[in-house]
Amino acid sequence: MEDIIKNALEAIPVLGHSLANLLGTPPGVYVVMAALPLVFILLYALVTLYMEMKVSAHIQDRLAYMYTGWHGVLQPVADILKLIQKEDTIPAAADKPLFILAPYLVFIGTYAGFAAIPFSSMYVGSDLNIGVLYIIAVSSIVVVGILMSGWASNNKWSLFGAMRSAAQLVSYEIPSALAILVAVMITGSMNLQEINHFQDGGIQNWLAFGGPLPIAKKLLLMPFTLTTFFILFVASLAEVNRTPFDLPEAESELVQGFNTEYSGMKFAIFYMAEYANMFLVSGVAATLFLGGWGSPFGSFMSGPVWGVFWFVLKGMFFVFLQVWLRWTLPRLRVDQLMYVSWKVMMPFLFVCILAVGMILSF
Amino acid sequence: MTPQEILDQLRANFGEAILESKLDAPQPWISVAPNRTKDICFFLRDTASLQFDYLMCLSSVDNKDKQLSVVYHVWSTTQKHKIVLKAFCPRDNAHIQSVSSVWGTADWHEREAFDMMGIVFDEHPDLRRILCPDDYPGNPLRKDFKVPEFYQGIKVPY
Amino acid sequence: MIDTLPIKTSTGRPLRKEEMVINMGPQHPSTHGVLRLEVVLDGEIVVDVIPHMGYLHRCFEKHSEHMTNYQQVIPYADRMDYLASMNNDWGYALAVERLLKIEVPPRVEYIRVIMAELQRIASHLIAVGTYGIDMGAFTPFLWCFRDRERILDLFEMTCGARLLYNYIWVGGLSHDIPPGFVDKAKAFCKYFLPNIKELNDLLTYNTIFVKRTADIGVLPADVAINYACSGPMLRGSGVSFDLRRDDPYGVYDKFEWNVEVGKGEMGTLGDCWDRYIVRVREMEQSVKIIEQALAAIPEGDVQSALPKRIRPDAGEIYVRTETPRGELGFYVISDGSATPYRVKARAPAFVNLSVMSEISRGCMIADLVAIVGSVDIVLGEVDR
Repeated sequence: MEDIIKNALEAIPVLGHSLANLLGTPPGVYVVMAALPLVFILLYALVTLYMEMKVSAHIQDRLAYMYTGWHGVLQPVADILKLIQKEDTIPAAADKPLFILAPYLVFIGTYAGFAAIPFSSMYVGSDLNIGVLYIIAVSSIVVVGILMSGWASNNKWSLFGAMRSAAQLVSYEIPSALAILVAVMITGSMNLQEINHFQDGGIQNWLAFGGPLPIAKKLLLMPFTLTTFFILFVASLAEVNRTPFDLPEAESELVQGFNTEYSGMKFAIFYMAEYANMFLVSGVAATLFLGGWGSPFGSFMSGPVWGVFWFVLKGMFFVFLQVWLRWTLPRLRVDQLMYVSWKVMMPFLFVCILAVGMILSF
Repeated sequence: MTPQEILDQLRANFGEAILESKLDAPQPWISVAPNRTKDICFFLRDTASLQFDYLMCLSSVDNKDKQLSVVYHVWSTTQKHKIVLKAFCPRDNAHIQSVSSVWGTADWHEREAFDMMGIVFDEHPDLRRILCPDDYPGNPLRKDFKVPEFYQGIKVPY
Repeated sequence: MIDTLPIKTSTGRPLRKEEMVINMGPQHPSTHGVLRLEVVLDGEIVVDVIPHMGYLHRCFEKHSEHMTNYQQVIPYADRMDYLASMNNDWGYALAVERLLKIEVPPRVEYIRVIMAELQRIASHLIAVGTYGIDMGAFTPFLWCFRDRERILDLFEMTCGARLLYNYIWVGGLSHDIPPGFVDKAKAFCKYFLPNIKELNDLLTYNTIFVKRTADIGVLPADVAINYACSGPMLRGSGVSFDLRRDDPYGVYDKFEWNVEVGKGEMGTLGDCWDRYIVRVREMEQSVKIIEQALAAIPEGDVQSALPKRIRPDAGEIYVRTETPRGELGFYVISDGSATPYRVKARAPAFVNLSVMSEISRGCMIADLVAIVGSVDIVLGEVDR
């Protein structure tokens, strides 16, 4: 195991060097470009933390934070400060290198996914021509990180959580990949920016409503694209371990799942990765099916800056939906979770793919 | 059925195993031989006219006459009648036949009696202490129980 | 090929190679206290469950023998089932009253019924709410606590305490109900009924919740009776048995209400959902009883029957009452002195818990949580 890590660490600078050579741009630009999503994630995590607490509180007839600043707006900051100060314990019997590496790996998997997300027509971390494929691939690193944390914690509950998580993420990647395939079939591109441009021109051109196709085709496509979109949303809930699919950290069964043994900043990184992941899947869903940074009103309120606004708004809407669902629904059981993925979502998606393919070929 | 009829039935079937009885008490009781409780309870449960299928409570008592006893409060969900059985045993050799094969609920009650009063239930499938720690000295509910000075190196009376 | 390991469970059963032992508790979010379950697992499948308790053992029975009089046991009885203290007080007080052969005034009986039923609602609210948490739904829990708060306010205005009341005494009550109590209690009943419907909409008939609880932990009626289960646990298995009706005490026979039983609506009779729904419906019945009792409460002095000196004749008695968890029995032996010679508490949660390992073999970990939650244990009562 240590050899593998050593080799990987040695390979990283080489990789970075070759990339810089390949593209011939000063590395400073890359650093700035790469840091922008990080800044966004940090700010977004604070906002979502606050939102989650307030939304859950109002669902539950409570008030939540009321004392730290106006209606407790400073509380997330205080929480982060507290987490930074907390003692960072590592269990004596833990596999130390893996234990330390795991949260960063989870966060890297999510953060890397942001590279291909178009925030606006002017800004995308890396305008990859296989952006969709890249996001599916790179978000699988999260599974490795979670398995690592579960194994390294040397705790049976953590191991259970990690194993559940691996099974869950692997089985839900397939429906979400199939759902993405539908979007790729219609647009004919794997570049997220191109998919986004394809849906320019307002709400009627969004892929969820059939895309900018002739009206007859559009109406035929609509039921299938809407179904696909819905399935993608549900599958993305499972990919980010949110209720009703929060089995890996089901606190009433597995104490806290894979991050039981983590505390302080490492726990905070897990937490931040979860929130970032929520936005990542929301962003992908919004880009693929709801026009991404495109304004719903055609050319009204559109442009690069408005693009960021619309994209973040759409993403946050899905994050809000995830929060809402979390505080409303109970949790599924492991076998029911697998059942939903393999026996409900997959047949529906196969039908959708088949139908979309046939409609497009006419 | 009245307690008298129950007693008559038991007498007819078990004879010398039925030791004494007190039927004029608010809750009439019958005392039985400690080594025959299982058969008697099976009879109480399975006889069509008795059907004592519900063991309400199984208590252990340290009596004034220096004897330990186990008290069975049984009830019938179908016939709606009750009876109290008692089984006495000596303090220094406290053995009573287990009835956990008759009523599943007796399992834990007997473990509790074993734990608290030190009564050994013969033929019990899993006779371990239940409330006190496994290494606790003595049986706390016996009247002559003295709280140990030290337990696990910690001074007890504070 | 079945290989065994040189490891044994605490019942002495050797482990197979594919199995692992995991301790659920004593510190675990869903064991409802300090219960430890030694679970033998084959993957996610539960092979065996061995409950260990005693972490909260506070020597209730030994303490009772060492009080200076009978009345002093009541605060200890309070602390047995700390979610249903009123019912515990009443059980013990009733046992001593029957031993003393005293009658209490009708006003006392009515107030006791009102308090016991309010307490039943409060206790069932916790059972239902925490069951929601066990299933991963957090919101119903806080909704239930919001309503329970109202009941605790009523108790607080009556006797000053919110959890451990020491309110029902042998032969009477510690206080009469304060002015305004009847109106507030009526207002509570009015406020509470729509909330049950809201709870049903959110949790009870939620598809995921039903999928998680129906057909899980099926307890057949004959097993339930063999293990002497009682309360919602027994009624969930379809046995219509309620001590308030079948072994009457207090003035329950003066009111019109139904004994709710499980009917296997969502799955098999006696599954977790049935036990859950019995609790929800019992809350409605309790509201019914409270409303009738509030309307008919007679005047009188609640302390007129308090005995000056409690010194029952030598004798023994076993009295059982229906607490939210089931049959709470007190076996009290008197030797003619001022202290009880022996008090044995037959705790319903203790007895109900003993059937758990019987019904949870072969389920999954998540189902085990569902089963433990549906038994509705209070460890204070299991360990006493």
